[in-house]
Amino acid sequence: MRRFFLISAPYIWLLALFLVPFVIVLKISLSDTALAIPPYNPTLDLTQGWAGFKDFLSKLDFENFVWLTQDDLYWKAYLSSLKIAALSTVLTLMVGYPIAYGMAQAPDEWRPTLMMLVILPFWTSFLIRVYSWMGILGNEGLLNQLLLWLGVISEPLHIMNTPTAVYIGIVYTYLPFMILPIYAALEKLDSSLLEAAEDLGCSRLSAFWLVTIPLSKNGIIAGCFLVFIPALGEFVIPSLLGGSGTLMIGKVLWEEFFSNRDWPVASAVAVVLLLILIIPIILFQRNEQKAREADQ
Amino acid sequence: MKNRFLAATAGLALIAGAAAAEEVRVYNWSDYIDEDLLAKFEEETGLDLVYDVFDSNEVLETKMLAGGSGYDVVVPTGTFLQRQIAAGAFQKLDKSKLPNIANMWDVISSRTAKYDPGNEYAINYMWGTTGIGVNVGKVQEVLGEDAPLDSWDLVFKPENMEKLADCGVHFLDAPTEMIPAALNYIGEDPDSHDPDVIAKAEGVFMAIRPYIQKFHSSEYINALANGDICVAVGWSGDVLQARDRAAEADNGVEIAYNAPNEGAQMWFDMMAIPVDAPNPDGAHKFLNFIMDAQNMAAASNYVYYANGNLASQEYLEEDVIGDPAIYPSPAALENLFTTTPYDAKVQRVVTRLWTKIKSGT
Repeated sequence: MRRFFLISAPYIWLLALFLVPFVIVLKISLSDTALAIPPYNPTLDLTQGWAGFKDFLSKLDFENFVWLTQDDLYWKAYLSSLKIAALSTVLTLMVGYPIAYGMAQAPDEWRPTLMMLVILPFWTSFLIRVYSWMGILGNEGLLNQLLLWLGVISEPLHIMNTPTAVYIGIVYTYLPFMILPIYAALEKLDSSLLEAAEDLGCSRLSAFWLVTIPLSKNGIIAGCFLVFIPALGEFVIPSLLGGSGTLMIGKVLWEEFFSNRDWPVASAVAVVLLLILIIPIILFQRNEQKAREADQ
Repeated sequence: MKNRFLAATAGLALIAGAAAAEEVRVYNWSDYIDEDLLAKFEEETGLDLVYDVFDSNEVLETKMLAGGSGYDVVVPTGTFLQRQIAAGAFQKLDKSKLPNIANMWDVISSRTAKYDPGNEYAINYMWGTTGIGVNVGKVQEVLGEDAPLDSWDLVFKPENMEKLADCGVHFLDAPTEMIPAALNYIGEDPDSHDPDVIAKAEGVFMAIRPYIQKFHSSEYINALANGDICVAVGWSGDVLQARDRAAEADNGVEIAYNAPNEGAQMWFDMMAIPVDAPNPDGAHKFLNFIMDAQNMAAASNYVYYANGNLASQEYLEEDVIGDPAIYPSPAALENLFTTTPYDAKVQRVVTRLWTKIKSGT
């Protein structure tokens, strides 16, 4: 009984927090808009029982999904989001890995403090932290004032409302999600392996490439997923820090939902976004499993 | 803030099992009331007021159409009100509970009846125009002493915008106001619902698009006041609030507002009660409180918007009632135009065009 509960817990979690909301969104994506509350006509009427379901099947069309292919806005926004998310993930990894490495190399008594420093920003609301970047990056902001005062620049830099500001915002916000899993992997690393590598004539640098990086691979992958997935659908950071030229799918979804009041198309955009995320994850997991089976 | 705190403590009291006071939840535009009025309302009625804010009609409309917003009073603009009434989002006002409705101004209520025939669902809160706010010093520095501050040429002429780009130009992120402004500028009917006519706005915006720093509907108040930007296409009272903040900060920034003389959009923000309001009785009390002549005057004196309340005019300060940017002369009123809501198909055309204008895609 206990075992059954233990096994079923993650499935119940998945069902309640992922599958049920997904089915609701999917259902809306197959309905039609209407000027009503809520603003769509449910094509699936379950109060009619089986007849309602049959009626739904007979009227089933994918016009909202077809619509997504007819306007180049959507695929351009998906591509642009993928690019921003991918580049942000790489940047976050480049900044996060050295920090995690440094933490793992630090003396034992420092580690709780360093860990605390990574987590500490979470104590402040995410919105306030993004807003404070507006104060830092603005034309009259702290950064420009500092650089002007130092004489590094003579004209204020235009960073605010550009893609650069979006990257800064995303890297800053998601950095802890990259550091923590990598740190967890590096901390467990058996240092005798590095000694062995050096004894066998490896330079420190190649030992790092051949031993440390592969052994922290799982941390890197976990960190990249944790950054890439939320960054892909990011809405708040680009809308606060980015200019209007920063096209992202989160913004397109917002416009469908709020400006056009077209919940069905908005839902279709969300379903496609989910598929874009889920398919590579499933492929990746299958690949991992194969590798594991091959090992055994 | 204080009211939120009150609400939070009221919530805690409820959990503790103590009897909490009745609540009224109001959802209004940001920077749109004298906060002293909120405390005064609580004092007079003994009700707890929860006051939340938004900065776009689209956000409010989505909450209304989703239903169950939990708000008792909301403030959509006329065109949005009309569509939301059609969707069945509001309840009719019980005018027997609104004795102060006698204070309202027929000049305004005859216009708002266009959106809400007979003014059955809503009362006017404020009205204003969509025009141009400028940092006078900076703009004259760039364009010279005779810069066309009171003409749409300032922002729709590429050669002017090219020069202004470096000191920063913001536009409202409100397609239902910016596209009519562009249509009016090129001599088309600003209230056109014909997709072919609407498409003509694209050319106007594409020519100036590279010089627009941001499309946003509330940031420009602070940005103008701080001197971060030098031109904002925005709402009359918001620009005047920026003027006020700059004057308070004494930072040498001088802000001016003009409803351009080629014509500007006039809009009406209307207070209405959602059909599923938890406390319609409290909502009526709030509306009646707002329509009190002195309260309405206090709100206008604070936010620099004109109101639809005739009786309040004797309590308005001279820099409000006497400022033609707030209360235009009858002749200037003739120069203002109004618009009607788009249906779903045309709305999609407008939103799509706006996305294209903003992102280039």
